[in-house]
Amino acid sequence: MALNSSELSVGDTYSECLVEDLKRTQIVMYAGSSGDYNPLHTDEIYTTKVAGYPTVFAHGMLTMGMTGRMLTNYVGDGRLTKYGVRFTNQVWPGDTLNATATVEEVAGDKVKLKVETTNQDGLVVVSGYAEARVD
Amino acid sequence: MAVDKFAIEASHIMMFARSIADDNQVYYDADYAATTEPGSIIAPPTFAQSSAQFDPDYFLRPKVGQAWFGSGKEPSGISRGEGSGGGGGGGGGLHAEQHFEYHRHLTPGDVLTATVKPGKTWEKESKRAGKLTFSETVTEYRDQNGELVITATGVGVRTERPVDSK
Repeated sequence: MALNSSELSVGDTYSECLVEDLKRTQIVMYAGSSGDYNPLHTDEIYTTKVAGYPTVFAHGMLTMGMTGRMLTNYVGDGRLTKYGVRFTNQVWPGDTLNATATVEEVAGDKVKLKVETTNQDGLVVVSGYAEARVD
Repeated sequence: MAVDKFAIEASHIMMFARSIADDNQVYYDADYAATTEPGSIIAPPTFAQSSAQFDPDYFLRPKVGQAWFGSGKEPSGISRGEGSGGGGGGGGGLHAEQHFEYHRHLTPGDVLTATVKPGKTWEKESKRAGKLTFSETVTEYRDQNGELVITATGVGVRTERPVDSK
């Protein structure tokens, strides 16, 4: 279901919980589907002993992918025209993530959204924007 | 990543949708998808990134007969100084930004090619990870008719040391 421009106002928000208690297995699934097998995401020994991180962490693209789910649930299937993010903090196993889209501009058949995903401590892990076609 | 042939397949879309915990049936069920606005299964917005599977030289995938920097008997399959493959030994390559522009959405049966152009590079000093070196790449995905379908801009960052998460 697509959005209707006449029903949208600047400042409107839409939020979803993306994941509660992120599992290492979910990260393994993302490695397998995306083809990004960087050991930093799935190999605890390499990540702690060689790379110097406290544990493995999620692909930024996994968080972007899950955040995209919030967006497509909001704007409708096949409606996104732009979507971009900065990865501002790492996402770790056990994290709980919430994503919010905020309407920044409605012009003609386009809506511009601000996109933000935060973890259980309120830390922003993904910050970006999206544009979508609306009715 | 440069790719000669990235065939968009329904089973790959299904696995990708599962991996981002998205149960929208437009990614799984052709009969359901036929009732939606797109009219067929489409790929989730970040799916183009999985073109890595079709890049023969993609450096973050173990390859037959080649050393791999992940752990086995030892914490890393290659010694330091051989190069970490960008995987972060002592703080290496991380993904800083990703941007997509959709000219249309991907559907099973599409066969894409991807060409990569280097973009800007820049440096920044950070308290959490030392000197940061950013580099941008622009990937253009074209379909079987040569039409531009997705423009993807990625920014990678190499850090001087592992990022302090405190």
